[in-house]
Amino acid sequence: MKKIINDPAAVVAESLRGLAVAHADLLRVRDDPALVVRADAPVAGKVAVVSGGGSGHEPLHGGFVGPGMLDAAVPGPVFTSPTPDAVQGAIAATTGPAGALLIVKNYTGDVLNFETAAELAAAEDLDVRSVVIDDDVAVKDSTFTAGRRGVGGTVLLEKIAGAAAERGDSLGAVEALARKVIGQVRSIGVALSAPTVPHAGEPSFDLGPDEIEFGIGIHGEPGRERIPAEPADALVGRMVEAVVSDLPFESGDKVLLFTNSMGGTPQLELYLAHGIAERLLAERGILVERRLVGPYITSLEMQGISLTLLKLDDELTQLWDAPVRTPALRWGI
Amino acid sequence: MACTAEGVAAALRAAAEVIAEHRTELVDLDRAIGDADHGENLSRGFTAIVSALETAVPETPAGVLKLAATTLISKVGGAAGPLYGTAFLRASAKVGDAAELDVPLLLDALRAALEGVQARGKAVGGDATMVDALIPAVSAAEGTADGTIAEVLTAAADGADRGAESTVDLIPRKGRASYLGERAVGHMDPGARSTALLLRAFAEAAR
Repeated sequence: MKKIINDPAAVVAESLRGLAVAHADLLRVRDDPALVVRADAPVAGKVAVVSGGGSGHEPLHGGFVGPGMLDAAVPGPVFTSPTPDAVQGAIAATTGPAGALLIVKNYTGDVLNFETAAELAAAEDLDVRSVVIDDDVAVKDSTFTAGRRGVGGTVLLEKIAGAAAERGDSLGAVEALARKVIGQVRSIGVALSAPTVPHAGEPSFDLGPDEIEFGIGIHGEPGRERIPAEPADALVGRMVEAVVSDLPFESGDKVLLFTNSMGGTPQLELYLAHGIAERLLAERGILVERRLVGPYITSLEMQGISLTLLKLDDELTQLWDAPVRTPALRWGI
Repeated sequence: MACTAEGVAAALRAAAEVIAEHRTELVDLDRAIGDADHGENLSRGFTAIVSALETAVPETPAGVLKLAATTLISKVGGAAGPLYGTAFLRASAKVGDAAELDVPLLLDALRAALEGVQARGKAVGGDATMVDALIPAVSAAEGTADGTIAEVLTAAADGADRGAESTVDLIPRKGRASYLGERAVGHMDPGARSTALLLRAFAEAAR
């Protein structure tokens, strides 16, 4: 393992220190438990939007803290959800009478820890609600699994819920919007190589030189099936089919297309894939009205991409376009 | 060793050593079906328990178990933190203010731990989780109810070993491993393995 680190146990803390000095105008970082909080938090009268999860998915979540998006992000250790006292710390630092919305990805650890934190906050008479995002079409959703994972759609959800909170919506309204987004966003990911978790020191799984993991999650946990490597047209076609057929998205639908690098895939390949996805959607009569292309929800240095489609209406488009000023997403301000 | 507060503390220190020794094994088991953090997370939690016990050992076994529970919940994260934390918390609540654990209290504590884990994680036997180690552990412990504390815990550890072994052939239905479906068959569940390791450490400490 070659990484630019010191002690594997100190990776998250040292990285957060860098985030803090690089973006002192937007956010503050607190130690033990680790928290990333908007510089001007708590914002009077505003619903707080709080998210978090394991580290290693940067810029998710700390990179999305700032006006128009998250009030606080709670980073856990690498690929491990934060503990309830950390989540509670984020709620305490950001939440007033307007309450807080917790955005939770559907992973067993995240759900258990955020659930416990919400109970603790409720005991202190704070109005805290949670939504669980589960947009990954690769996972069979049944009573016999942990359910679909929360993946790329999380970025879009955090932006839209953050915009709604910023314009002054009530907690009930922000929550309702979040649930609407969760209902109409779907994703699929593929991996060409495995990530290496600093404390493990070796790749999270073995992938042959001519193999692709189809349906990968954001922790490098193996996906649904392993397929032979194939040209981008075929691979992106397979991904578009998986996402479109799930909701399903239909001819005439207006959508936001988010093409994401899992960390190790360069822009050259990312834009190549994005171009193919747009063409394939156009052939189906699906209208791409907004785009996001880049590494926004990653899995350390894993090579691979994910595609996320969100069905838009006028309100969602307006909230997506609303000003945002964070380390990783910034427009309109 | 008597199951006083100091005895329970000694068992937890022994458990911390065992978890540290098996940290890499647990990381590797988790790497095969999950995200390679189980050994790291548990090791962090038990190291914190040992540090907390250095400051002060609570007066009752329940106090020690509660300290372990809150430390695990606040240091481990992931699914293991809340699940193990709940197990120790329920065990603590069950033994109340007893100055020393006897076999009936120990059995009550083990049953409470199992019920707590099932309530929090909503897993049942056969899901390929730590519950698959805990169920045979509790039932083996109940089968030796007329033995000593050490005999009961040894039976529990044996049961947990068998249970952990049984997860190799199961299709996981909870946690991250469930995303793998049939591809996880052939791999032992890391949570079941750590449960077996912990009970073995407790049994050895009780000798």
